Amino acid sequence: MLLIRCPYCEEERPELEFRNAGEAHIARSADMAATSDDDFEKFFFIRSNPKGIIYERWRHMHGCARFFNAVRDTVSDRFLMTYKAGEPKPAKLPGAFE
Amino acid sequence: MKKYSVFAIAREAMRGHKGWEEQWSSPEPKKEYDVIIVGAGGHGLATAYYLATVHGITNVAVLEKGWLGGGNTGRNTTIIRSNYLYDESAGIYDHALKLWDGLSQELNYNVMYSPRGVMMLAHNVHDIQVLKRHVHANRLNGIDNEWLTPEAAKEFCPPLNISRDARYPVMGATLQRRGGTARHDAVAWGYARGASARGVHIIQNCEVTGVKRAPNGSVTGVETTRGFIGAKKVGVVAAGHSSVIMDMAGVRMPLESYPLQALVSEPVKPVFPCVVMSNTVHAYISQSDKGELVIGAGTDQYISYSQTGGLHILQHTLDAICEMFPMFTRMKMLRSWGGIVDVTPDRSPILAKTPVPGLYVNCGWGTGGFKATPGSGHVFAHTIARDDPHPINAPFTIERFRTGRLIDEAAAAAVAH
Repeated sequence: MLLIRCPYCEEERPELEFRNAGEAHIARSADMAATSDDDFEKFFFIRSNPKGIIYERWRHMHGCARFFNAVRDTVSDRFLMTYKAGEPKPAKLPGAFE
Repeated sequence: MKKYSVFAIAREAMRGHKGWEEQWSSPEPKKEYDVIIVGAGGHGLATAYYLATVHGITNVAVLEKGWLGGGNTGRNTTIIRSNYLYDESAGIYDHALKLWDGLSQELNYNVMYSPRGVMMLAHNVHDIQVLKRHVHANRLNGIDNEWLTPEAAKEFCPPLNISRDARYPVMGATLQRRGGTARHDAVAWGYARGASARGVHIIQNCEVTGVKRAPNGSVTGVETTRGFIGAKKVGVVAAGHSSVIMDMAGVRMPLESYPLQALVSEPVKPVFPCVVMSNTVHAYISQSDKGELVIGAGTDQYISYSQTGGLHILQHTLDAICEMFPMFTRMKMLRSWGGIVDVTPDRSPILAKTPVPGLYVNCGWGTGGFKATPGSGHVFAHTIARDDPHPINAPFTIERFRTGRLIDEAAAAAVAH
């Protein structure tokens, strides 16, 4: 079971308290009716599914119930960091080589 | 290829079993093939086998980063059934089921297909409605499936607890008698032996690291850990890693890869006559010919390539198994493991041409690809050989996620998604 740090509660809690909510930083179009079929497919169905670093959303369902974002390695399942919803995608990851 | 038979066993018994030949050869890769299949699991090997036998294309290489059948083919719970709701799914899964019948004879390899019956339990009114709808839809498609009362279900599967006091009361069940199990490793080995005998090269420990394309966009071959190998046609059959390979060709896929776990118990005498699945409480169980109970759990909720999963997922499944089959409460579990399954948004597979000329993909089987192995290989070989899909896999395109012609089988899968 994963241990996940909720950036709102500022606590590491067991995975059972959380719901994964899919890939992060996928912006919904402001005018969905004007979205082309190609763009809708990209928004709704296409996912990056990386083997390595993933940016994903979690919801602290049985805690503060808020959505937040996480950076995780999908090979080791190790969390690199979590950050609040609305914050930009981190430019630099902790422990990354520059 | 020397034919296996009772006479071969007798002959070898006389000679101290020194005359058995290797089941498949391990040649050095050539510089160029007509077709490269990426992934030597059941589906990939079946594709190569049918390319050779049905379409006469034998200049084929099957590339495998690990060992043959070592991915999900060797990790699944070996359940075979075709009781899917929609016409498209019924078409492809029943095509496979028809091929399972007689596959041992065709391959001259005992895949131990055992049509012992697959029962799916209803625990509430909604389950009854959904499962009865499946029965009717299946029968309209010529697929056997019948409705059982709790008493009839108990008669077919005596270990089942149909007490009204059960935490998950059994209110009825469907039964597909042609469903059952097969020996998963033997399926991979049998197809590998058949393909190798016809000239197909099976190259293990050869990981694909890149897909090469000509200036006009078409495929020219793949980069591997054993050097560049050319081919005008490349079929990607890489299960949980399909989107990784497709990324190398610049095609983004509607796929997400999740860990799916299974476990087996200590071996015991025959106690469990069929396969029982329950979508609602999320458990499925059968007994292997070795005597182990084979139990399937659910997927984890997050994308991962770790080939392990959370212990609480297994615990949840075992809670349900013990409720439904109280006789198993003191059984010891021996092993558990995880495989990485590639799941599409509509939970139906993709077997299709891609936007890249010469590149084909067979993926998205999610939590239930094993049962489809023969049918999937058969129609995918057709798709590659003719550069045109077989009528059976024609609906399973990538483009359906743009056009909206989804095959929404989410509710038909045995595992809640």
